[in-house]
Amino acid sequence: MRIELEKRAEHSQLMTVVSPLIAIGLTLVCGSILFVSMGYNPIDALYAYFIEPLTTSWSIEELLVKAGPLVLIAVGLSVCFLSNSWNIGAEGQFTMGALAGSIIPVLFYDFTSPLALPLMILMGILGGMAWASIPAFLKVRFGTNEILTSLMLVYIAQYILDFLVRGPWRDPDGFNFPESRIFDAAHVLPKIGEGRLHIGMIFAVLAVLVVWWMLSRTLKGFEIKVMGETPRAGRFAGFSSNGVVWFGFLVSGGLAGLAGMAEVSGSIEQLTPVISPGYGFTAIIVAFLGRLNPIGILFAGLLLGLSYIGGESAQVSLGLTDKVTRVFQGMLLFFVLACDTLILYRFKFASSAKSMKEAGNV
Amino acid sequence: MSDLSMIEAVLLTIITASTPLLLAAIGELVVERSGVLNLGVEGMMIVGAVMGFAATQATGSPYIGIVAAMISGVAMSLLFGFLTLNLMANQVATGLALTILGLGLSGMIGEAFIGQPGISLKPIALPVLSAIPFVGPLLFNQDILVYASYGLVIAVYFVLFRSRTGLIIRAVGDNHGSAHSLGYSVIQVRYLAVMFGGACSGLAGAYLSLIYTPQWVEGMTAGRGWIALALVVFASWRPARVLIGAYLFGAVSILQFHAQAAGIGLPTQLMSALPYLATIIVLIMISRNKTLAKVNTPACLGKPFVPDR
Repeated sequence: MRIELEKRAEHSQLMTVVSPLIAIGLTLVCGSILFVSMGYNPIDALYAYFIEPLTTSWSIEELLVKAGPLVLIAVGLSVCFLSNSWNIGAEGQFTMGALAGSIIPVLFYDFTSPLALPLMILMGILGGMAWASIPAFLKVRFGTNEILTSLMLVYIAQYILDFLVRGPWRDPDGFNFPESRIFDAAHVLPKIGEGRLHIGMIFAVLAVLVVWWMLSRTLKGFEIKVMGETPRAGRFAGFSSNGVVWFGFLVSGGLAGLAGMAEVSGSIEQLTPVISPGYGFTAIIVAFLGRLNPIGILFAGLLLGLSYIGGESAQVSLGLTDKVTRVFQGMLLFFVLACDTLILYRFKFASSAKSMKEAGNV
Repeated sequence: MSDLSMIEAVLLTIITASTPLLLAAIGELVVERSGVLNLGVEGMMIVGAVMGFAATQATGSPYIGIVAAMISGVAMSLLFGFLTLNLMANQVATGLALTILGLGLSGMIGEAFIGQPGISLKPIALPVLSAIPFVGPLLFNQDILVYASYGLVIAVYFVLFRSRTGLIIRAVGDNHGSAHSLGYSVIQVRYLAVMFGGACSGLAGAYLSLIYTPQWVEGMTAGRGWIALALVVFASWRPARVLIGAYLFGAVSILQFHAQAAGIGLPTQLMSALPYLATIIVLIMISRNKTLAKVNTPACLGKPFVPDR
């Protein structure tokens, strides 16, 4: 007896929805095994990780603060991935967006007009776009592998940030700490309510709606999907493959840049050498878990946001290392990819002899 | 210190910086020749680094550490193999998943080892050869992993281009349909190649945590896995060129250190970004010649093989 994969005639609609849920379930099972192996009661650990953060309004707010950038970046990445371009350097575009968005609060801190924030937002988006345009240009012009170039640019962006906050952008009154000056109130994104939640989450929701509309209701969306799945057919239809590469990279870079600007201006309120707990990479998981669908990404972003908060909460209440978060995230992506098989294929249990006979009949 | 021994010292550090790149890249070269793109080199490498360090601390023997690193690299690669070869998952996404998982796992496992002094692997002087002036102490008074890297380059060259096995591997990578029709098991060949790549990445990780800096530092691979992937492209999938490329990159990263030490006017961060910038420049130079790239790239690279029975 052996297990074989049989290609389905068409995508399974049911599995499109169910497979991410199976993946989450498998991740929880493996997570429990992990907790047991580390000597924790799995029920307590899972509770501390996934339920406890949802019991206080403070941590729900914090969850939204974390989910905001994840959703923003992932929505952009979904456009890129759908068109079969692999921008995996969102972390770098996030950093450059944060830097560009910080030019006004750090260098022109006297400029406190109401125009300052909209300008910062614009500069953040442009900063991310500019950084994403490097791999896009190299791919279109020379056919250079965009995976490697966009990733290398992450390291370069991080060194630039490090250089600026330790060098020219360091706060002159900051006792030599590697930090920029603290942003003026006019350069901080408005808060929602009393806590830390800022309007970055609204940007994320808007991005979800706009990209959803673009992908499902416009010709551009159709073009992206056609060029991603069957580039040959797309070219016959008159779509430009270079145009789609540019579009995907600029959208994903711009949104990652916006996320970076929002994180710095809304959450941290100054520049520090580390401004992201790996949002740009986690957003890749969010994009896949959300099935590259903006609405799905919204939910996936909340779940991955929860994994960050849960890591902190489990560290406080159980003394569990917060490194577990990254393991959870990695396992989740693995299971999501594995379960995707169910959409295109069905499992068939067949004895070897029987499958040989079937092969003979064909 | 005389000029000659100064040059020798610099060259020695270049070899040290190049070896992990070379080990990982020569493994990935075989993987890609068989038609599989495993972007998880960074993840396999860092798990190799932490497991190598952990096993060495537990047993006191760096050699056991090396074996542990290889085994853990293979284990990681099997995960990748199962998803991409059995479940037909997207290779790019799965490779990324392997890297994310590897970085997470290594952080968790390594937490207990942060700050512990490691046991370094001692160099072994090869008799006669190491007595050759200048070249001898440089090339033949090295640790076992440097010798392994020389040996792997030669072995991979002979197996890939001078043996029947290599012909099969390349056939599978260039046209999996035909290879399948001829009766070769595409999936099996690819599994073996992927496992070889995992073992090599594990070795590269062990080199970092046992020799390069004999301690565990979180994220100590620092993108070397990705640079190794770029090296394979740079080498247009040829073993000898991987050797040249790895040493070139090692030289860039070491000269950058020396330039910093010599007090060159540039900020240290920009110098540290140099190897990554160099990677991009090299990729551009290689991809500018489109026909060359097309001729050398394994034709089935990254394409899943679905046997039609």
